[in-house]
Amino acid sequence: MIERQDHKTPVAQDEKQISYLNLGPTHPATHGIFQNVLKMDGEVIVDSTPTIGYIHRAFEKLAERRPFGQITPITDRLNYCSAPINNMGWHMTVEKLLGVEIPKRVQYLRVIIMELARITDHIVCNAVIGVDTGALTGFVYLFQQRELVYEIYEEICGTRLTTNIGRIGGFERDFSPKAWDKINRFLKELPEVLKEFEGLLNRNRIFMDRTIGAGGITAEKALSYSFTGPNLRAAGIDYDVRVMNPYSSYEDFDFIIPVGKNGDVYDRFMVRQEEMWQSLSIIKQAMDKLPEGSFHADVPEFYLPPKEEVYNNMEALIYHFKIVMGETEIPRGEVYHCVEGANGELGFYLISDGGRTPYRLHFRRPCFIFYQAYPEIIKGSMLSDAILTMSSMNVIAGELDA
Amino acid sequence: MMEAAAQEKILSVINEKFEGEVIESGMIRDFFTIVLKKEKITDIIRHLYHHTETRFQFLTTLCGIHYPDQNQIAVMYQLHNLHTNQRMRLKVYLSADRPEVNTLTPVFAGANWMERETYDFFGVNFIGHPNLKRILNVEDMIIHPLRKEYPLEDQTREDKSDLMFGR
Repeated sequence: MIERQDHKTPVAQDEKQISYLNLGPTHPATHGIFQNVLKMDGEVIVDSTPTIGYIHRAFEKLAERRPFGQITPITDRLNYCSAPINNMGWHMTVEKLLGVEIPKRVQYLRVIIMELARITDHIVCNAVIGVDTGALTGFVYLFQQRELVYEIYEEICGTRLTTNIGRIGGFERDFSPKAWDKINRFLKELPEVLKEFEGLLNRNRIFMDRTIGAGGITAEKALSYSFTGPNLRAAGIDYDVRVMNPYSSYEDFDFIIPVGKNGDVYDRFMVRQEEMWQSLSIIKQAMDKLPEGSFHADVPEFYLPPKEEVYNNMEALIYHFKIVMGETEIPRGEVYHCVEGANGELGFYLISDGGRTPYRLHFRRPCFIFYQAYPEIIKGSMLSDAILTMSSMNVIAGELDA
Repeated sequence: MMEAAAQEKILSVINEKFEGEVIESGMIRDFFTIVLKKEKITDIIRHLYHHTETRFQFLTTLCGIHYPDQNQIAVMYQLHNLHTNQRMRLKVYLSADRPEVNTLTPVFAGANWMERETYDFFGVNFIGHPNLKRILNVEDMIIHPLRKEYPLEDQTREDKSDLMFGR
């Protein structure tokens, strides 16, 4: 909690007047529930105290009461701008615990979904950087493309924002021809819009003056603060889980990890921008090389059988009952699996004691970890730069507070 | 997956300066895990950070685990050597009555909030932490909610009316 300030106006040592400003919790410029008590000298930030936890929903505790399949909807609500990555990360964690072999086709379909999610997340972040620098136009254009991706999700799983996409062991159904049409349409339309967007901002003098040098962090500091994802790469460290510990067949694809140099708002913007192009290329590669086969692994103990079979077939009915009632054998064990979320390394640390629910589940949430560097980054900068820094770090309240 | 030689290397690096601190070590699935005594954990991690042969210079995550049967709280540290891409897990077991361990904040700035979170949910006192306060829960909460003695509400209870909100 913030210490109550006394009513006498404090005076700094060199006779400057220090004032306090409450930024948030519900400030329209912070895009989420963040509170920062800023200690200001004029318009320069001297110090700040962030308070978090406004939308804490006790996911780690809730997960201890839920069977594995029911934890997927919880993961949706971590980083809700790219929910499918969280879902896939969770499925892969459970599959790692169970030792399930996943067919190549499922892995490729997952890559397609995850890269679509990465694009939407970066669209949100970069479009909002534009808004915060005063360029609303790009936002409107890019958000139309985000809508197309949400329609693809809708075609695949029926929902848009909190997707709950896929199942442990694969997908609930194969991608329909309509879904493929929508993906193809998106792949055709996004490059044009993205080029237009880059034309608006990348070499825009006003945008560059506003963002270069604002909210910078050095590589050493970023590593010390356990930064991951685009924020770390903007500081010049080429750490990407997709390359360092490939999962879901990422080793089959050819892509570049863009890195920045100064770790400032402009570098973060450019890294995300380039990552969108790389994601597009990965999706195209995955579609070209998409293997034939089943859309789910052959694990009847964990993967719900199709409904027709449940009604007409003895084994399917038994498995259905066992899965729903949590009667299947779950191995004991301790696994950690991480995926490259849109904001960095999203890790799931799962301890199973053989029961139907996890004994302990810990989420490594990149936002939570890098947001603690925020006071240090904005120290000495202007208030308007602080707002820009927050949106460029892409702090998502759901992931921050879990 | 870490080879046996690499595991030996890490253990010898720890043992050369901190004899007798390792309680046990081994592979848990694909993760090399070392259980350590709690007293010198910060020094050991600092040693692993600076030693030229280990260089575990990235703290991936840190969390607590409650074992009510043993009356223990484990604190798990996950380190990553980005140069050689080795990951490793360190664990210390603390008494659940008075869980205390030295803070990791002098080595990793990022440990600050992770330790605050562990304090918030498990009540682990990180000695020397600059600002050990609750972080996600409300300030005036008196329990540490991720401990196992605080079960979630029984979903089969019937003494509540679900007329208005449903269950």
